Amino acid sequence: MNELIAQLTEWRAALIARRDALARRVPWWSRALATALIGIGIILPFFFSQDSGFMGATIVALAYVVMALGLNVVVGFAGLLDLGYVAFYALGAYSVGWFGSDFFFNAHTHVLVSALTSHEAGIHFNFVLILVCAVVITSVAGMLIGLPTLRLRSDYIAIVTLAFGEIIGVVATNGTSIHLGGGETLTAGNNGIPALDLPYFPGIGSFNLLQLRPWYWLIFTIMLLVLFINLRLRDSRLGRAWIALREDEVAAVSMGVPLVRTKLMAYAIGATFGGMSGVFLGAFDTTVSADQFQFSFSIFVLAMIIVGGLGSIWGAVLGALLLSYINYYLIPDVLNGLPHDLGLNFSLTQLSFGIFGFLLVLVMVLRPQGLFPERRRRLELTAAIAAEDAQLVEAQE
Amino acid sequence: MPEPAVRVLAALRRYAGRWGLYVALVALPAYYGIHDLTHGYQAGFQAGHPVVRHDLTQLGFNLVEGLSNGAIWALIAMGYTLVYGIIELINFAHGDVFMIGSFVAVGLWGTLGLGLATGPVGLIAGLLLTLLVCMAVCGSLNVLIERVAYRPLRNAPKLAPLITAVGCSFILQNVGLLWLGSSPQGVNDLIRENDTVFQISGVIVHRADVLALGVMIPLVIALTWFITNTRQGRAMRATAQDPEAARLMGINVNTTISLTFLLGGMLAGAAGLVYALYETTVWYFQGFEAGLIAFTAAVMGGIGNVRGAVLGGLIIGCIQELSDSRLGPQWTEAVVFGYLILVMVLRPRGLLGEETREAG
Repeated sequence: MNELIAQLTEWRAALIARRDALARRVPWWSRALATALIGIGIILPFFFSQDSGFMGATIVALAYVVMALGLNVVVGFAGLLDLGYVAFYALGAYSVGWFGSDFFFNAHTHVLVSALTSHEAGIHFNFVLILVCAVVITSVAGMLIGLPTLRLRSDYIAIVTLAFGEIIGVVATNGTSIHLGGGETLTAGNNGIPALDLPYFPGIGSFNLLQLRPWYWLIFTIMLLVLFINLRLRDSRLGRAWIALREDEVAAVSMGVPLVRTKLMAYAIGATFGGMSGVFLGAFDTTVSADQFQFSFSIFVLAMIIVGGLGSIWGAVLGALLLSYINYYLIPDVLNGLPHDLGLNFSLTQLSFGIFGFLLVLVMVLRPQGLFPERRRRLELTAAIAAEDAQLVEAQE
Repeated sequence: MPEPAVRVLAALRRYAGRWGLYVALVALPAYYGIHDLTHGYQAGFQAGHPVVRHDLTQLGFNLVEGLSNGAIWALIAMGYTLVYGIIELINFAHGDVFMIGSFVAVGLWGTLGLGLATGPVGLIAGLLLTLLVCMAVCGSLNVLIERVAYRPLRNAPKLAPLITAVGCSFILQNVGLLWLGSSPQGVNDLIRENDTVFQISGVIVHRADVLALGVMIPLVIALTWFITNTRQGRAMRATAQDPEAARLMGINVNTTISLTFLLGGMLAGAAGLVYALYETTVWYFQGFEAGLIAFTAAVMGGIGNVRGAVLGGLIIGCIQELSDSRLGPQWTEAVVFGYLILVMVLRPRGLLGEETREAG
């Protein structure tokens, strides 16, 4: 009997230790906060009308959060400055154009689409299947773009990725003169591929552009998925390898971090998230046109993660929300009415990107480390300052 | 893999590293030269029939145009390379400073009353004055941007000033948009840029070509002289190598950095004037495109290296011109960036080697 009690006490102690270890890793308030935020996220659309400008801006903002989380893997975790991220937006959006419209009119393929579209010509895949296609296409493209940069250091990586982004933009614009046979071309250039399929889920039905709530929940789900993957990646072996490479490539390689594989994984995974977001934005815009894929898009997403705090997941989320709300809600919907309300007779649309630029400068000058700096980097910054202070004290003595 | 195969591969890689870039750079003109000689090209019409010629005149013409066009990129690229060499920042606002230079030039012509009817003496005096004003305005603008947007971030994470640079670029573009509107504006062709100055065995050299090279070459010589021979130039080089050590040697690092931005801005201002005369159109987005090309040129030549920036600019000008006239302008951007990737793969430090801290 005594033995049994001893055994039970032992087990109990082990269980408590395990529970405490778990709690130490993820404190209760953190879990409560996460649950509360997800809850608020789910019920948020009920507070706004289906077609309000705020709803549209929120959907786009969440898509940009996914973009920013993807770029954060490449630039923030692995330290590879990528200025051509627009390439993956383009490939994602074109995935919808290719596999979810009547663009390839000679084909006649339908997989799990609504009854309405199943009679149309072209390739029509279910939205989830298009997502999978985009993941495959963009991860391969990400690795291809990554290959020539393996030997280069940071700013050269920036210019090579920029070059790839621009080349993909040029190919998209001139895709009308790349013939695939049978009168089909690669892209529709600046005219755009119109009338993309709206997402359809068996049992739920087809989305439409008058009711924005389903769109919101869809992108919210994608965002949660990507956020979860990102959090798990950061603490994984791969994530630590990225950070090691970022901090000191030579040291990391000599400790046995496989350089090529680790860097290519960063490009591929970052590209994948960009592609997923691109699929969603393409479907939400219902058209994919070459003039959407400008260099300024890459800069916009990069600004999000730097304003948020480079390498920090929550910083990327916050930065993406902040800058997209400024760009898609504050400037067009709120500030534009301001001069009129004040009795002035001019429009702010002319000033929109000047205001945006001014806000960028302001945020960075006031908070150079970003709104929500990564824990590791914050430690580095404060540690450096403490060391400097110690030196100063020593010098004074 | 068997031993001989490995050895052959290694040798191939070595040769690709040494000669691959030259082969790639010569390939484009060589291909079109041979194509012109063997297949001929159409040189206008005579009595209703197309005239087909088999010589290198068209190629020569492409290269002359390319060099003069590249002279503008070279002027802008020097600003990028100077700034990168000294504070390791890709100054995204630089292209827009160049755009402001063009706008100042156009505005000043209006104020001075320079037009198509102005006589040669008045024209030359007016243009010289415009050149000085453009250089002064762009130089001060660049210094101002550095003071407001980059200096407060001197000790911040490395990418933070990149974002303020983008912010400044947006602000300047917006200024340009409000100044001359959203569509390209035609400018008086003051120098009659398409008049022939002279011919070398059938290759026509226009006034615009003489102007671009005539502004670029003296400025490059002056800049090189300044950097190598003056006390301030030495301070610039020292700061670029090691700002901390330079400070300990009594160099005022902040003043030196301001001076670098001043020089870069002045070159951009000169480029702005030349661009307005050369292209005879200006618009607010020109700075963005030119900035991208010029930055590419700086990287191609080896960033931080002034001679490299000039070489890169001239080469990119030629590649653009060849691609414009043979493949069609819509593909030019892709060709230029394709070449850039080739350069980076074959010679990661650029044509003439980089001169930055990390390169040691």
